Order: sequence, then structure tokens, then C-alpha cells
Amino acid sequence: MRMALLIAALLGGSSLAQAKMIHVGPGDNAQEKLQTALIEAQPGDTVHIAAGRYALADGLSLDVDGVTVKGDGPDKTILDFTAQKVAGEGLLITSDNVVLRDLGIENPAGNGVKSKGSDGIALVNLRVEWTGGPKSTNGAYGLYPVSSKNVLIDRSVVKGASDAGIYVGQSQNIIVRNSRAEMNVAGIEIENSYDADVVGNTATNNAGGILVFDLPDLPQQGGRNVKLTNNQVIDNNHVNFAAPGNIVAGVPSGTGIMVMANANVMVTGNHVMGNNGSAVMVVAYTQAFTDKAYNPLPRAVSIAGNHFMNNGKSPSFAGGKEIAAAVGGTLPPVMWDGITRYNVPGGGGEKSADGGIASDAPGITLNLGLQGTPPAQAKPAPLAPTKLAADRAPIVLPAALEARAK
Amino acid sequence: MRRIWAALLLLGAAPAPGVRSDLLMATDAPRLADYGLFNAAGQPAPGVQPYTLNTPLFSDHAEKFRFAWLPPGTKADYRASGALAFPVGTVLVKRFAFPADLRQPTKAMRPIETRLLIHRAAGWVALSYVEQDGGAVLKRAGVKVPVQFIDKAGNAQAIDYAVPNQNQCKTCHQDGEAITPIGPTAGNLNGGLSGQGANQLMAWAASGRLAGLPTGGWPRLAKWDDAAEPLDARARAYLAVNCGHCHSRGGFASNSGLYLVPEETTPAHMGVLKRPVAAGRGSGGHEFSILPGQPDKSILLHRMIASEPGIMMPQFGRALAHDDGVALIRQWIASMSVPTGAAPAAAATP
Repeated sequence: MRMALLIAALLGGSSLAQAKMIHVGPGDNAQEKLQTALIEAQPGDTVHIAAGRYALADGLSLDVDGVTVKGDGPDKTILDFTAQKVAGEGLLITSDNVVLRDLGIENPAGNGVKSKGSDGIALVNLRVEWTGGPKSTNGAYGLYPVSSKNVLIDRSVVKGASDAGIYVGQSQNIIVRNSRAEMNVAGIEIENSYDADVVGNTATNNAGGILVFDLPDLPQQGGRNVKLTNNQVIDNNHVNFAAPGNIVAGVPSGTGIMVMANANVMVTGNHVMGNNGSAVMVVAYTQAFTDKAYNPLPRAVSIAGNHFMNNGKSPSFAGGKEIAAAVGGTLPPVMWDGITRYNVPGGGGEKSADGGIASDAPGITLNLGLQGTPPAQAKPAPLAPTKLAADRAPIVLPAALEARAK
Repeated sequence: MRRIWAALLLLGAAPAPGVRSDLLMATDAPRLADYGLFNAAGQPAPGVQPYTLNTPLFSDHAEKFRFAWLPPGTKADYRASGALAFPVGTVLVKRFAFPADLRQPTKAMRPIETRLLIHRAAGWVALSYVEQDGGAVLKRAGVKVPVQFIDKAGNAQAIDYAVPNQNQCKTCHQDGEAITPIGPTAGNLNGGLSGQGANQLMAWAASGRLAGLPTGGWPRLAKWDDAAEPLDARARAYLAVNCGHCHSRGGFASNSGLYLVPEETTPAHMGVLKRPVAAGRGSGGHEFSILPGQPDKSILLHRMIASEPGIMMPQFGRALAHDDGVALIRQWIASMSVPTGAAPAAAATP
């Protein structure tokens, strides 16, 4: 015990004594200056990138724990990757307890900011933007924590991503809040992740506003416990400009919120307005799959206390117009594909789940039954009333990370 | 007695010319020459042993020369998969050079950089030394080196050869949280030096540098460019070496679910009828990593051909497409048939 205290005192003391600010300013050799600072930083240090435009031909990366990288504001410190020749992302973070904040990232060739395997990653007051507008040749993700833990995305903006603006994949303990995603294919996407709060964000003018997905054949799957609350999900009617082949290429333009193959998802207190397709769509995984461990069904999805307005006027997905016509011309706020059964690959037999899709707003089920049944075979019927899930406590991140992200 | 101590102290202060293991273990030397791995003429010091791989990583046609130095009296332990378990103190060396004309690969060689993997007590450390007037110097942040050469077809090529920064070294040499060697696996060393002579595993064991070599049953990675070997083995070897360092369960691309290591047996994880996860425009509009029989509808080949960041694979380490490697993988995918029972057909999104 005494030893532990001594070590704690030494660690605390040394980090306080040695934590330093490394300043980098614009000018020649921006690439080498920035990358050198990111390599030479020690735990506890802050790398300050002064206001200015930094033209970068290669990606940057950080692999030191406990570092804060800070600009002078998302419109003042600009990392410009327009001429990027190398690397799959603008900035790659592979260390723990990192805070990246107050800067802008323009036109990365691939993803904007990626963290891989980080425990403690906060992306705060960032702007990632493809300045030429939405194009299929833009990079895939703006903010992209993957295989990470204790993830915070706060007060950030992403525009123009050809996949998802804000994408958290295969991660756990996640908060995405007070951020804005517009003109992306998907605004915000939580995929193959556990324990996430998506709160107080605005997703507008994307093809799909907020997605909660789970996909097969991945190291982490069985996405669950995701809560979407107090978000503005408005006018997500942008044409879907994703490269075919990607899962988001199948997201119909006009989708507000889409939940696929996840368990324990709560959609509460959101303002979902002006989305021409479904305000909230709850579906099974749509493709054939060979992963025996994968569950393609949505389970226990609760939709309560949202404000729905002016959605469902002209659904663009296959069979959508016919379904809308069958229910009076406009889709109700909630649509479930009604898939409750799937065949386990490799002759593993049929499995089923009752779905547990609950909504306090009007909804329909397409009653498709078996996973893989095309929507043309829909037998729309009103969603039967079911019990709504009880609210749960919010996700909590380590206090030290939150303090540095203030 | 006093004289003996004095002599020992003197030795400690200034060892005889040769490999400076004391410096290697303790410091990132600013100049490659400080470590004494090579003499001024570029000849390896005693104990710095050359080795070759059956299938090497493609690096924009650079010629690469590999060496291993193990502290005297130490041995690597045999491993059937992954790199051999090298003892603390080991240095693995890779020197990169470009011939002026690839059709005469031994002539007019221009050295570019020397990469070291040093096994210190706390783990492996990756350092790169870039040739400059007066010798190779440490570059942590990477650097671009303009390189010109005549390719095998006789065309002039000019590239910005990219020396990786320290983090990029780790991106590829990553196994979980640790840095690991990639090249010297039992399977890739299982062949003669430069394809000739005694088997390297046997030679290492015979010279006391490899322990635990079983009497037989060693894995062997095919030579990717030996047309006499089976196509499947050549293609798997090529993908293992050029992609498998990231595309493995402990590698940088673990989250992709695409695992191109020699041991992988699940078709979906090898890419067969596997849909992309986070490929973005890297998908090229294709639905599957590998669509059997359809190389031009396979994302994997599309990303090998590309040389644009955000699409190209590997993400760094090359500026040019490897035409011969592309041809091999094209031929391999074309030869594949759709596995029975795996129906790529799918329902449309509702």
C-alpha cells in the first residue's frame, strides 16, 4: 500500500513537473515539424498548433499516451490535406488518453481523424470538412474512433463524408454529443459498439441522419445498449453518394434514424422532422451472411417521447411508395421490417426473436418474417403496442478525460 | 589485479571495433555508423549475418538487404507461426537501395535508408537511418526522397520514395500493443540464402543461432514469383507478406475482419464474398473483397492497383502499383470458384 502510494506520488509529481507545452507554428516543413512534435511529446504534454493553414502531403500520427493536441479554433488552425499523397487518414491516433481539440481538418484523402485501439479518446471542437461539397470521391469518415474504449466526441462538425460523418465502430463506452453532421451519406453512425449515448447532436441534410448498425465477420459484434436522445434529426434527404458495396450505400435517402441488428436501443426525446423516408426505421441485417455467431435481428428497440413532424412523404426505398400508399400516403414515424427469424449459416437451423420493437408513436411492421425476405413481399400492418423500456443511467466517461475536454 | 580491472574498465569504455551492443540497447544513436553494424565500405561487421526471405514485401522496386545480429551466445527460439522469438539484444537490419536500372539490379546501386529493429529489454524499437552526405542519420519523422530509375520495361520512373516515420514503422510492425518483427518467420526463412545453398533454418540451427527447430514439419511460405510453385501458395504468400502484417487479428487492420495471414482458413475472413466495413470509396463500387472468378469486381485487387491515398493498399510503403503482384492476384482470383453454399445474392435494403 505504501509502495502504491509512493508510486502514485512519483507518477503524479513527475507528470506535473515535466508536462510541457510544445508550440508548432505555420511555415515551411509543416509536415516534419508537426510529426516531430507528435513523436517527441511525452505523456502529459500539450502540442499546441498555432493558428494558420498547414499544407500536408502525408498523414500525421500520434502514438504517445496522455497527450493533448490543441489548435486555436476549428476555423483558425487548419490542417489542409488537399494535396495528401500518403496515408489512409489525416490524423491517426493509436495511444490512450488523448484529447484532440480546437482545430479544422480539410479534405483528407481518406478518413479525417481515426483512433485505433485507444482507451480514452476525446475529439472536441473539431471541424472535418470536404470543402468541395458532398462527393463520392471524398474520404469515408470524418471522425472515426474504432476498436476504442471511453470515447468522447463533443462540439464537433463534419461535412461531406462519403460514408459517415461521425462513425464509432467496434468500441465501447461512448458519448457523441453536441455535434453536427451535415451533407454526409450518414450523419452519425454507431456500429458494432456497446454502451453509447448519442445526445444533443444535429444531423441534417445527410442521406441518413443517425444509424445504429451491427455487421457480421468482425472482431467485435453484437452491438447493444445505444441511446439516442435530444438530437435534432432534420431534412436528411440528401442523395446517397456512397460508393456501392459499402453498407451505407444501401441507406435510403430520406432516413432519419435507422437501427439495424442491435439490441437494447432507446430512441427518446429527439426532434425528427422533414425526413422524406422513414423517421425511424428498425431492420434486420439485409444481406446474406456466413458468420455463425452473428445475430442479424434488432431486439428490444424502444422509441418514446420523440417529436415527429413532416416525415415519410416520399420514401425512396424499393416498395416504399406502395407501402406508403397502402397506409394512407405517408409513412408513420416508425417502420419495422417485422423480421423475427433467421437461418444460422451452415445448416445451423432457424433462430427467432420476438423483436420487442416498442413505440409510443404510430408505426407499421412490414411483417417480412424471415431474414432475407425482400420488401416486395411486405404485408404492412400497424405496429402492435408493446411495453417501452425503462430509461437507463447515462454513459459516464473517466472524469479526467471529461475535465481535459471542457 | 589492479591491471586486470583497469583493462576491463577500458573495455567497457571503448569496446573493440564491431557491433556496439551497449549503444544499441541504451540509445537511439543519431548516426547509423555509431552502432558499428557496418564498416565504412558498407560491409557487415562480424556476426551481422545476411538472410533472405522467400517472399519479400514490395517497396517500390527497392532492392533490400537483410541482416540479423544476435548477441554472442544467444539464440532465437523457433516458432511455427509469426516471427521467430529473437532474444533481447537482437538487431534486425534492412537496407534499401535503388539500382539505376532495374534490368541490371546489381549495378549503380544508390543506398537510401537503413531500418533497424532493436530488441531492447522493454521491447522492440524501430529506427530508420536515411543516407546523406557523410553517412546515414536518424529520421524519426520520416522524409521523402526523390528517386529515379529505369523500370523493367525500360521506362523512366520518378517517385517520392517515402521513408516511414516512427509511428508508421509501428503501424505495420504491430502485434496488439507491442512492436514485432514481420519478415523472419520460419515459413519465410525456409529456403536457401538467396534461394540457393543450405536451408537458412538449418544453417541458423547449425551455427547455434536457432533453438528448438523440430526435425521436420516446418511451415514454408512459397516464393511468390516462382511459377513452378502452386498458384494458391504463391498468392497466399504474397498476400501474407504484403498485407498480413496489418490484416491479422493483432494487426492494425484487425477491425476490418479481413485476415490475410497464412494460417487463416475461414473464407469470409480471407476476403471471399466478404463485404467491406470501412472501405469508403476504397470499395471502388464493388461488393466483395474477393468475388471468386471476378478479379475486376474484387475490392482487394482494386486497392492493390490504386495508387491514390484513401484507396490504395497497403496505405503506405509504396507509391507505385506492383504490376507483377497485381498479375499474380488477378490470376489467383480468376482461378477461384464460388464456394458451394455461399450465396452472394442478397435482398435489397427495405
